[in-house]
Formats: sequence, C-alpha cells, structure tokens
Amino acid sequence: MKSVKDLVKAHGSIILLRRSLSLTPRALAEKTITIREAITQAMDEEITRDDRVFLMGEEVAQYDGAYKMSKGLWKKHGDKRIVDTPITEMGFAGIATGAAMAGLRPICEFMTFNFSMQAIDHVINSAAKTYYMSSGKVKVPIVFRGPNGAAAGVAAQHSQDYSTWYSQCPGLKVIAPYSAEDCRGLLKAAVRDDDPVVFLENELIYGQQFPISDEALSADFVLPIGKGKIEREGKHVTLASYSIGIKICLEAAKELEQNGIDCEVINLRTLRPLDEDIIKTSVKKTHHLVTVEFGWPQCSIGAEIIARICESDAFDYLDAPPIRVTGADVPLAYAKTLEQNSMPQVPNVLKSVKKVLNK
Amino acid sequence: MNTYARLLLRLQPNGRQLIQQQQQTLPTVVSTIRKASSGGTLEYDSPKAYKLHMLEQGPSTHVSCNREEGLDFYKKMQVVRRMEASANNMYKSKLIRGFCHLYSGQEAVCVGMKAAMDKNDSLITAYRAHGWTYMMGVPVTGVLAELTGRKTGCAEGRGGSMHMYAPNFYGGNGIVGAQVPLGAGVAFAHKYRGESNVCIALYGDGAANQGQVFEAFNMAKLWSLPCIFVCENNGYGMGTSTQRASANPNFYTRCEYIPGIWVDGMDVLAVREATRFARDWCTSGKGPMIMEMATYRYFGHSMSDPGTSYRTREEIQDVRKSRDPITSFREKVVQANLATEEEFKNIDNEVKKIIEDAENHAQNDPELHVDELYSHVYSNPPPGFKIRGCDNFTYKDINK
Repeated sequence: MKSVKDLVKAHGSIILLRRSLSLTPRALAEKTITIREAITQAMDEEITRDDRVFLMGEEVAQYDGAYKMSKGLWKKHGDKRIVDTPITEMGFAGIATGAAMAGLRPICEFMTFNFSMQAIDHVINSAAKTYYMSSGKVKVPIVFRGPNGAAAGVAAQHSQDYSTWYSQCPGLKVIAPYSAEDCRGLLKAAVRDDDPVVFLENELIYGQQFPISDEALSADFVLPIGKGKIEREGKHVTLASYSIGIKICLEAAKELEQNGIDCEVINLRTLRPLDEDIIKTSVKKTHHLVTVEFGWPQCSIGAEIIARICESDAFDYLDAPPIRVTGADVPLAYAKTLEQNSMPQVPNVLKSVKKVLNK
Repeated sequence: MNTYARLLLRLQPNGRQLIQQQQQTLPTVVSTIRKASSGGTLEYDSPKAYKLHMLEQGPSTHVSCNREEGLDFYKKMQVVRRMEASANNMYKSKLIRGFCHLYSGQEAVCVGMKAAMDKNDSLITAYRAHGWTYMMGVPVTGVLAELTGRKTGCAEGRGGSMHMYAPNFYGGNGIVGAQVPLGAGVAFAHKYRGESNVCIALYGDGAANQGQVFEAFNMAKLWSLPCIFVCENNGYGMGTSTQRASANPNFYTRCEYIPGIWVDGMDVLAVREATRFARDWCTSGKGPMIMEMATYRYFGHSMSDPGTSYRTREEIQDVRKSRDPITSFREKVVQANLATEEEFKNIDNEVKKIIEDAENHAQNDPELHVDELYSHVYSNPPPGFKIRGCDNFTYKDINK
C-alpha cells in the first residue's frame, strides 16, 4: 500500500490532501523544507552556537550566496562571521585552513567544487594530512562545502563530480548528502567534527522539498558521519547510491515495483569513511547489487563498492556480477540532448536491474 | 686593488651583486663599536641595515644589546649551526633519508626575529625549518630525532624534516608557497579573537613568485590582518638565482600596497630591531608588513645539491669570511668588552654537549611500532572505524 506521504509528495494535489485527511490527520502537520533551507539553517545554528564558527567564500555575505545558500546570514551575524572573499580560491582556502589550524572552525565555501581544483593543494596537503604529519599536534577542524557535479547547461568545466577525487584521500571525511534531513544533520555534524570535512552538495536539488521531522529540526540534531541509511527497504536487489543518484534510484524503484521487483535503496550519506556494513548486509539479503552515481565510471565510487563486496564474504551471496550505473565517460556537453544522455537516467537503472536479475 | 676587490671581480655577476648588496654595512660598523664599549652594552650604528618601501620612517639604525642578550644570541645561533652540521653528517651516514634542507648561514634571522616576538605570537615557515623549530621551543633532540625518524622526534617520526610542529609553530611545510596563505589564516585567527599577536609567515626568494603569495597579500591588506610576511632571500631558489627567477628581485617592494623593509639578515641585532618595528606596526592595526631578510645559505638547496653548480666556491667562502652572522657577532661582542674569547669557548663546549646528547638519542632511540602507522589519521574517528593495510587481510581497528 502506498503511504500517504508518497502520495502527497508525488501529486501534491488538494484532492489527495482532502482524502488523506480522513485517513491520517498527521500528514497535514508534516513539515517540508528544501535542501537550501536545510543548509542555511544548519549554518545559521552552528554559527550561533559556537563563536569560533564562521563562513568564508565568494559572495557569501552581501550577495546572500551565489546559490542563496547563506541567505540572511550576513544581515544576522555581520562581517566578522560571514566573510566575502576576492576571487582567489587558493588564497582563501589557505587562509581558512590556517585559521582552522589556529583554533577557529571555518566553513569554507567553494562556489562550485570545480573551483576547488585551484585550491586542492590546501584541501589535501594542508588540511587532510596535517593531523597525521604532526602526530596529533595540529587539528584542522574545517568544512569545505559547495555544489558538486553537474548543474544544467553549464558545460564541461563547470560540471565535474569530485566525489572520487576527495574520497580517495585519508585524513578527509567526505559527505555527500541527499535529503534535507541528511543536509541538516550531516552539515551540523561536519562543523562540530574536529577533522577536515568535504561536504558535496548538489545544485540540481537545492530547491527540492523534503519532509522533515520535528526532531530533525531541533538545534542539536546531528547525524553520524560514516553511516548510511536505507531509504527504501526491498528484497530483490540492492541499489547503492548517494546524493542526486538517490533521486533516480527511488524513481526507478517505483517503476520496478509495478513489475514485481522490490528494490532496496541505500543512501550512503558519507563516502569516506564508507559504510561497507550497510551495503554488505543488504547484499546478503538481496543477492544482487547495482551501484548508481553521476560521476565518471573510471575509479568511481561504484568501482570501490564492488571491489569491497568482492573482497568480502558478501561475494558468496551474490547471484550475479554486480554492475555500475555512472555518468558517461566524456566531458559534459552543453546541448540539452547530449547533456541529458551523458548523465544517468531512470532507464539506465531499470536496464541494469533487469540485467542483474536476468529479466 | 685589494684582495676583496679581486675576489669580487672573479665572482659570477649574480654573486658579485649579492655580495656587494650585502657588504654595504660592514665598514661603518667596526669603528663605532670601540667607542661605545663602556656600560656593559654592545651598541653601534648600522645606517645601511635597512631599506624602506612605502615607509616614511623605519626601524632604528642604532642597535644594542646587553651582555646577557649577547651571549644568549650567540649560543642560540651556535646551537642552530652545530645542529645543522650534525644533520649534514647524519644525512651523509644515511641516518636521515629523503629531503633535508639546511639553515646554516641564516641563523641571525631566526634568532633575531624570535628575540622580538611575543610568546603568544605565531609563526609558519617552509621546509628549511630546523632552525625555526628549535627557536619555537623544540629541543635539539626533538629536531634531530625527528630527522632520523625516531619516536622521540617532535612528530614521533611521522613528519620528518619538513613537518615539525610546536605550540604556535605551524611547521615545516613541504609545498612551496602554501605556508603563506596559511600564515595569513593564523593571523586572521589572532584578529578574530581580538588578540594583540602577530603571525610571521616566512617564504624564500623562490616562493616569492607564487600566485598564492599575492592572493594572501591582497586579503591580508583588505582585512588588515596582523601578518608579517618575511622573505628569507638567500640568493637562490634551489639552483636558480634571484636574477634568473624574478623580474623584480627586490622582494620587499613586491607589493604595491603593503609597506616593506629590506634588512641585513646577517646582523642579528638589526634583525631584532626591524622585527620590533614590524611587530609594532602590525599590532597597532595598520595591517600587514613585508620584510626581506638578505641572508645566505652555505649548503646547497638540500642534501642532494652540492651547491656549486650554480655558484662558485669563492662566493661561499667569501660570505663565511666576511659576513658570517655568528663570527661577526662574536667579534663585535668581544670588541665591546662584553665577554671574552674564553667565555665563548665555554659556550661552544656547552653547545657541543647539547648536540652530542641529541645525536645520541637520534641515533639510538627506537622508531614507532609499525602498528602506529595507522594512528592519527582522524582526531575523531567514528565508532567501529578500521583502516586498511596493504592487502585484504590487513585491517586495523581504530578505537577511540
């Protein structure tokens, strides 16, 4: 039976709302927020909570954020806490990292992670490795956040997905949230964490509404870094994904349900450290695995997941080789049809699931 | 023509210019010391010790120190010199591996600057860091044992030559130029917390052309960060002289909106005086300042560089004879009757013992246990976190 929550989300029509009134009054009271609101709130709360936290980046203050992620924060917290920088990523990422070494807790925003390549030396060599090299003497409690991966029609240089690049590096924690609850809980956890965190958002779902519980809206709501979540339980096949990949997994799962195929969708939430256990447990149950992501196939997160499954006892539970759904192995084109077909869509997931299930 | 002039002519063009530039202060100094030898202080005038950029007034050219300070500065410079000599020997005996960049010749910079620093000031430098590590509070054992990778090293052997740390000392950084924005960030933290401290961010003549250095200058000036940017100009970025690397080799003038001071980096008292001036400037809310310390390194860029393919042995010998920061300071102290040669010999013996003791530890202390290779990846590992080793059968459970 479809839950009322799904009905409201899928159709949003007033008629359905009226029908649901008689069934579950609670559905009306359920709040929804967008990813954007979730992130803005999380930053606001953490800046209010701890004097050492501040936000630094291009256009974060007076412009309210290039994608309006810091709307209202400068008016509320002022110049000291919300700092506009010149267009000098290497410089300000270095400054933010130095401030973290000296005991502050910066949130360093990259307008998109494409520009983080100009500053990547500071993320990896100055931030990630320092705690180890100093044998625990110097902590770097910094969060690097911003939109990652493709937007719409911004072409190759503005569309790269950095999930694998950052998740390869020991010393970093790499988070790739999906829902508004993920964003709230994990961004707050990231700011409170003493290690350097890369927080990979996705611009295409900034405006998407998600239901959110009162608990998730509370000021001290944090989610554990390194733990995934089962977005949808199922018994025939495991779909392991993260960030915007979850969107097409859930859509594919809905369609497959009509064919009697029950998908278990795992939202990884964190890429490093990766929650292997949640994937292994699921694979042992479903015996089939498809990984889904928007990044390029070579050395993808899916490749890592499949390697780990094959190296573990979960391999013996597989009834078919695990396969991946990824972005096409090309720089991203501008033209609409080309762009759409360079990124994974629901049909790619359907085809892959049917293949592993031999249907 | 005197021997000195002859020497100058034999040198390659860059060496000649460098020596001439650095030679300017010597003649005037000697004559003034003998006069001011009473009252237990060494004092003299050094009118050519500084050059100014965008400044009406600079540090005082009349410098002085008392006997206690004089002996202390001498001892510290000598410790650094002997410590680096020990590192040189241990490297050649293969007890030190990888990179090893020696500070010999540049001692007056670290000793002079530290003498003007407040105990809560911060500092960050690049890879030629051993002298600075010592001055920022790590004992010689902590430095030498780190070089030989032992667990009594200041980073337990994990960092090595280029990654040594101490309270308020942020290393030791391997990537050329990266330390400059990091240093501006530390200064940002001082200002953010309302502290009246500075961060000193050092870089070399080679690093001075890095883009991120200018990015740091821009933000430091925009936000009035209490950061002193110090270029330790030893004439060469690896094997490339300043003339061949920089269109403008006057590093103290490289920023058109931040005032700068060129300092004779071989004169420990001039270095201290200039640092006091710069520190006062930065802590009075006037924003950042740039200093260029004109200094010299006797060894090559690193242990793999003999240092003679791009400069002559005569040039190196000449600096040792006429500009050495330690012997020239010792001569001044003796001439001012502040201390005797005998006392200096005693200090030398003390220093020798310190180094020998440290060498003992560096050569005999154990390395970390191999299991420790998995420690300190995260300061806050999640529960149940495990780290993979080199094969699928090697995993280390990290329990908090």
